[in-house]
Amino acid sequence: MNCRSEVLEVSLEGRQVDEALLALLHTILLHRSTGKFHYKKEGTYSIGTVGTQDIDCDFIDFTFVRVSSDELDRVIRKAVAEFKDALGNSGSDGMGQISLEFYQKKKSRWPFSDECIPWEVWTIKVNVVNLANEQERQICREKVGEKLGEKVINIVEVINRHEYLPKMPTQSEVDNVFDTSLKDVQPYLYKITYQITDSLGTSVSTTMRRLIKDTLAL
Amino acid sequence: MDSDLSPQDRKDLDKFIKFFALKTVQVIVQARLGEKICTRSSSSPTGSDWFTLAIKDIPEVTHEAKKALAGQLPSIGRSMCVEISLKTSEGDSMELETWCLEMNEKCEKDIKVSYTVYTRLSLLLKSLLAITRVTPAYKLSRKQGHDYVILYRIYFGDVQLSGLGEGFQTVRVGIVGTPIGTLTLSCAYRTNLALMSSRAPVEEEGGAYAGVEDSQEVCTTSFSTSPPSQMAVPGKEGGVPQVLLQPSHGTQADHGRCFHHLRGCCGCVSSGDADVLSRSSELKSASPSDVLETTFTRKVGAFVNKPTTQVTTASLDLPFAAFAPKAYDLEENDPMVHPPASPTPSSPLQGSLHSQSSSQSGGQAQDDFVMVDFKPAFSKDDLLPMDLGTFYREFQNPPQLASLSIDISAQSMAEDLDSLPEKLAIYEKNIDEFDAFVDTLQ
Repeated sequence: MNCRSEVLEVSLEGRQVDEALLALLHTILLHRSTGKFHYKKEGTYSIGTVGTQDIDCDFIDFTFVRVSSDELDRVIRKAVAEFKDALGNSGSDGMGQISLEFYQKKKSRWPFSDECIPWEVWTIKVNVVNLANEQERQICREKVGEKLGEKVINIVEVINRHEYLPKMPTQSEVDNVFDTSLKDVQPYLYKITYQITDSLGTSVSTTMRRLIKDTLAL
Repeated sequence: MDSDLSPQDRKDLDKFIKFFALKTVQVIVQARLGEKICTRSSSSPTGSDWFTLAIKDIPEVTHEAKKALAGQLPSIGRSMCVEISLKTSEGDSMELETWCLEMNEKCEKDIKVSYTVYTRLSLLLKSLLAITRVTPAYKLSRKQGHDYVILYRIYFGDVQLSGLGEGFQTVRVGIVGTPIGTLTLSCAYRTNLALMSSRAPVEEEGGAYAGVEDSQEVCTTSFSTSPPSQMAVPGKEGGVPQVLLQPSHGTQADHGRCFHHLRGCCGCVSSGDADVLSRSSELKSASPSDVLETTFTRKVGAFVNKPTTQVTTASLDLPFAAFAPKAYDLEENDPMVHPPASPTPSSPLQGSLHSQSSSQSGGQAQDDFVMVDFKPAFSKDDLLPMDLGTFYREFQNPPQLASLSIDISAQSMAEDLDSLPEKLAIYEKNIDEFDAFVDTLQ
């Protein structure tokens, strides 16, 4: 099957990067997380309840909704912080992109390791700008808030096309489709990667980090 | 069209649509309460969380929604709408947005009701949670309190968008296809925030609702992984699905405009808006003829001789430019500030970008602006009637001390100098008295 890919672009001030990325990534994950599955004897399963939380941004005029899971929030914050550090350290013009990829695992026979087949990739391209004075920062605060609102509407539009979603797995296959490591919610299997673009526009370093427990390569 | 749908599926579908409509109303109303919402995730299903989402049910809101639906479901040509409006402390009101849950004829016959439709409805609710924080009314509702409040109204029937003014925008939250039609959830929101004085004669009906306790049906949260032919949905189900209400209550869209105060219904009242609440916490209904007879008058600010064309911030590239406060123009009316002391800015843009704004109530001075009281960063709207921002603004420009005023002191000094010779003459005459007084002291 084809992997669908969506790209979102934002121009921000340095101190807005964390919040803007959290807002977008959490909005996507809100739609791509379910409650915990509890399988029962007869081949049926029940689904736990997902709570939600409003988060106000300090540097942007914006409020977003995320799932109520501190564990998931920690994981996402860590990824965003790494990306932001990489952006700062790279000496580039402040351009980079962070990708949230949803994938399925396909078991392979020994000696081959399991395949990871992506079915949806969200890429957020970030462009960091420097502002001269407080007046510009105030305008940027409001403008970025508006832009994020537009991005949330884009995300919702894509998700509500109801295109391919992995089939609901049986108990033995649930770890091939969902991340079951969290105790309160169950997102689809995902990974977050990022790339920093240097001033020439080519990607200098590609850093891959697996942020969930993946199968180790044999 | 329905012959392909089994009776059980049809029953389930009707139940899903009914509870989806109720939860939609809850999400929208709760998003306009002015507070941050937080619910907890739970790994074990309780059976009462519809669509696997923890959305609280405010009893008043459920009651209103059920009353509006009157036992019916959104169907082709009959939509469920939630209207959000703003009402200032002076009685001016303005519709901000209308959320519509509609059904059209396009059917998706092969879709599995008990699984796919249910999951997609859950996804649509999540999208609704996200989108309700994005439309302009969200920011307004977070700042409601002293100057204005947010009201909601639920109606069933034809969608009415005329109150949203010119150039309103529409955002589609999402669609879910079902075997009996496609459900669409969308929001039309106002972009022109000029407040017109529109005080219609209203009758106030007293009395809050008695909390109506409905036994909420338990939702099915069990799904089967077995093939479709063996699909069964074991789960607890409550009794008869429908709660049938009297059809005479508000089935028509034009029956009356009953607005419900969002603050009051949750009991979260701060002392500052008690006055506003007492006026608006009760049902307000105006008959359609009253609404038609309302005269719309443009309000002009105090001390303004004629309306002047002015540079509006809407013409400048500012987001939410209509919210920019007219700080310095209104300070003429402010008793705390003396006119010579406050400099007038060269353009409204300057006024809007500084965090100072006078604490005037909304919408009274100029035509194109809605006055929104900005709160200073990190300040909480606490229990005191005067919050930090108001305190700061009021005491920022204290009046000058009379003795330090140059004119007055200069005048008195001149008078003093003139009267000195006379005073000296009097003292010389009474010199004996002074001497005697001094002797008594020794």
